[in-house]
Amino acid sequence: MKFTGTGTKLAAVAGTVALGVLAAYCAPSAPKTAKKGAVVSDTAAAAMKVYVAPGDLDEYYMFASGGHSGQIYVYGLPSGRHLSTIPVFTPYPATGYGFDDESKAMLGDLTWGDVHHPALSETNGDYDGRWLFVNEMNGRVARIDLRDFKTKQILGPVPNVSGNHGSAFVTPNTEYSVMASRFSIPIPKGTAAGVDKYATDYKGVLTGIKIDPKSGQMSFGWQILMPPFNYDLGDAGKVASDGWVFFTSYNTEKATGKLEVTSAQKDRDYIAAVDWRLAEQLAAKGEGTTIGGVKVLDPAKHPGLVFFMPCGKSPHGVDVSPDGKYVIGSGKLQGVTTAFNWEKVQTAIRNKDFAGDEDGIPVLKYESIKDAEVEVGLGPLHTQFGPDGYAYTSLFVDSAIAKWKLGTWEVVDKVPMSYSIGHLTSAEGDTVSPDGKYLVGLNKLSHGRHLSVGPSQPESSQLVDIGEEKMKLLLDFFTEPEPHYAQIIKADKVKPIEVYPKEENKHPLAIWDVKDAGVTRNGNKVTVKMIAVRSTLTPTDFEIREGDEITIALTNIEQTTDELHGLGILDYNINIVVDPGETKTVTFKAKKKGVFPYYCTNFCSALHQEMQGYLIVR
Amino acid sequence: MRELIEKANQFLDVPLGVGSRLMLIVAFLCLVPTYVFPLYKMTMFAPQYQEGLHLDIYSYKLVGGNDGQDITEINVLNHYIGMRDLATEDFTEFKWLPFVIGIFGLLFLRAAVMGKTAHLVDVLVLYVYFGAFALWSFGYKMYQYGHNLDPKAAVKVAPFMPPMFGYKQLANFEVYSYPQLGSYALGAAAAALLLALAMTWRQWRREPPPAAE
Repeated sequence: MKFTGTGTKLAAVAGTVALGVLAAYCAPSAPKTAKKGAVVSDTAAAAMKVYVAPGDLDEYYMFASGGHSGQIYVYGLPSGRHLSTIPVFTPYPATGYGFDDESKAMLGDLTWGDVHHPALSETNGDYDGRWLFVNEMNGRVARIDLRDFKTKQILGPVPNVSGNHGSAFVTPNTEYSVMASRFSIPIPKGTAAGVDKYATDYKGVLTGIKIDPKSGQMSFGWQILMPPFNYDLGDAGKVASDGWVFFTSYNTEKATGKLEVTSAQKDRDYIAAVDWRLAEQLAAKGEGTTIGGVKVLDPAKHPGLVFFMPCGKSPHGVDVSPDGKYVIGSGKLQGVTTAFNWEKVQTAIRNKDFAGDEDGIPVLKYESIKDAEVEVGLGPLHTQFGPDGYAYTSLFVDSAIAKWKLGTWEVVDKVPMSYSIGHLTSAEGDTVSPDGKYLVGLNKLSHGRHLSVGPSQPESSQLVDIGEEKMKLLLDFFTEPEPHYAQIIKADKVKPIEVYPKEENKHPLAIWDVKDAGVTRNGNKVTVKMIAVRSTLTPTDFEIREGDEITIALTNIEQTTDELHGLGILDYNINIVVDPGETKTVTFKAKKKGVFPYYCTNFCSALHQEMQGYLIVR
Repeated sequence: MRELIEKANQFLDVPLGVGSRLMLIVAFLCLVPTYVFPLYKMTMFAPQYQEGLHLDIYSYKLVGGNDGQDITEINVLNHYIGMRDLATEDFTEFKWLPFVIGIFGLLFLRAAVMGKTAHLVDVLVLYVYFGAFALWSFGYKMYQYGHNLDPKAAVKVAPFMPPMFGYKQLANFEVYSYPQLGSYALGAAAAALLLALAMTWRQWRREPPPAAE
């Protein structure tokens, strides 16, 4: 066959070319970013930076919101170690929270809350380590005292506010913690109107919660009636912009239904700038209309109270720079974040340089008030600050953090986050004097960067070194679900006690001598004064009658660090824990006859197992 | 000119040699893999998708990676920018491609049996036209997907052309698009046809037909 020679050659050439094409043109097996190798350039250096030797202490506390777990989680940084859980809106058997009378009363009928934004108390715009305020979606704000890391007060559900997402941001001297409606509703609550009346009958409400400067006690301050937008996040002005508080809003279309589409039609939504000092004055004068039992201010009737600053559409975070001169608003569906110049905003307000109004609230002109659109990357959400004029913006879509300079608006660095970062928090990064040093990316997805624990995957948080020009990823750690915002405070600013001093215990049922322990009866009401001390619960047994209402007041008379005791009563769903020097009560009805052992639940001593007794119900 | 036409006619009348006929059978066999292997593969990486989203395009179906889940995921993501859902039903190509490839298989065999150069030229020209049309059709489909975006979409992006061959960065995605075994087999079939023609040509040049009587 004559074709053999040339034919084979041709076929060989064609074959080689085909194989070459196949080999050269195939998609890679991993994305380009992965090919660059780990972002940690020097593992040993990173390890040294995060390693806190056994017995050594962390440099910072991080208070992370626990989302719909309803709790606050405390981490040490740089180690990323989970130190403590502070129960706030959800029962927590580990500390007996939600079982004793006091915490049960605080929780009320709601046994869950969706915690979003912790706000450490501030003095002159800097964290003072006294209290931590946290919001939750059912219209409540709670105060945690950092003296003992315990929830002391839950205020709300506050009237008229619906879906309290834009909260609990505090003003620079903790004058107010704010609240805002994420879901506008017809108000007062209890009014029913179909969504076809959304634009006219539904309202958003902004609220100032007044905080007593000495006790931290929260009380209702003022409310402002707003157009039915979705109010999302907030931040208080500081230094140059002190006296103002800012809230982002989306769905300025006033749309209903499939909001992911209907609320994203306009190119710009708004940041509402609220003059809270004016709100305070108006409220003090008794201005406003009573709705839902409280006075509500209508901004259309009070010029100067609220202005709308147009922002990139569907903005999420609004963050004020440490000097208060810039308000950073991030339209989450864009690739830029906008820096508004507060001076320009004030000038525009003075000159009435308005583009129009929304329900009587003046709308400023975007071009007149913005300084720059910073090209940070896709899906910008939140911004935090460093001490050196740098800002850090989280990018959800790009799954990264962009570092950029205030004033020059230049993006200088990016670090990938694994994966899909939401909030970020830098050390004291929302105060007038950020520390720099560390930043934590609070990611929404962890996608297998951990041993598999099944479909319910932990949230990944990543510690980033921001001490140098280039950001460096130091550590992955896993935070309890679901961290929204978190704040990082220098450890030495927080000075917790370790035991409750005996002399401070003013509880009417507290006793300090086992001789005083025992049962007193008043009709079918029985009070048991009980003492817990290593290793006996006194009395060690007591009898009551079926149908009695019984209150057990348990005092832990220890004054030694870490000597906690608990009281668990089997089959009665009783579980309380008392810290050294603390008295707690638990009240219940003796519905079941029989013998019910009780015992110390919190391991205390060598004879912990012997710390038990019997409740006899006849 | 007349001479040229005559020569061409002569050439078209030449019976195919054994080699050429074998090559036609090879071309026929090359079509078989298109029923088994994908023609094209698109791979999309993003920071959140380290393993990538994979889309295999066969002559008659779309197959997503991860047991089909990747198509759902791609559609979920694309709905934000208002892109049409990828759905097998939307590809009219899937209805005629396998049929047309089958026809070509029969035409290749026909040429091998009937054995005239004209048959080979016929089928080669048709096949090249078919290849070009299929490529254009694929490209046009990609263009449509990247350009017919819902104006009401939450995220407005500039209309885009997904890559036909190679790599392109689209928003947070690295998109890679490469032909697969099925396409290479179609290419190989074309090469076999060309080879068959080359052989006939060489044979005709070497052994000119006897002068016309």
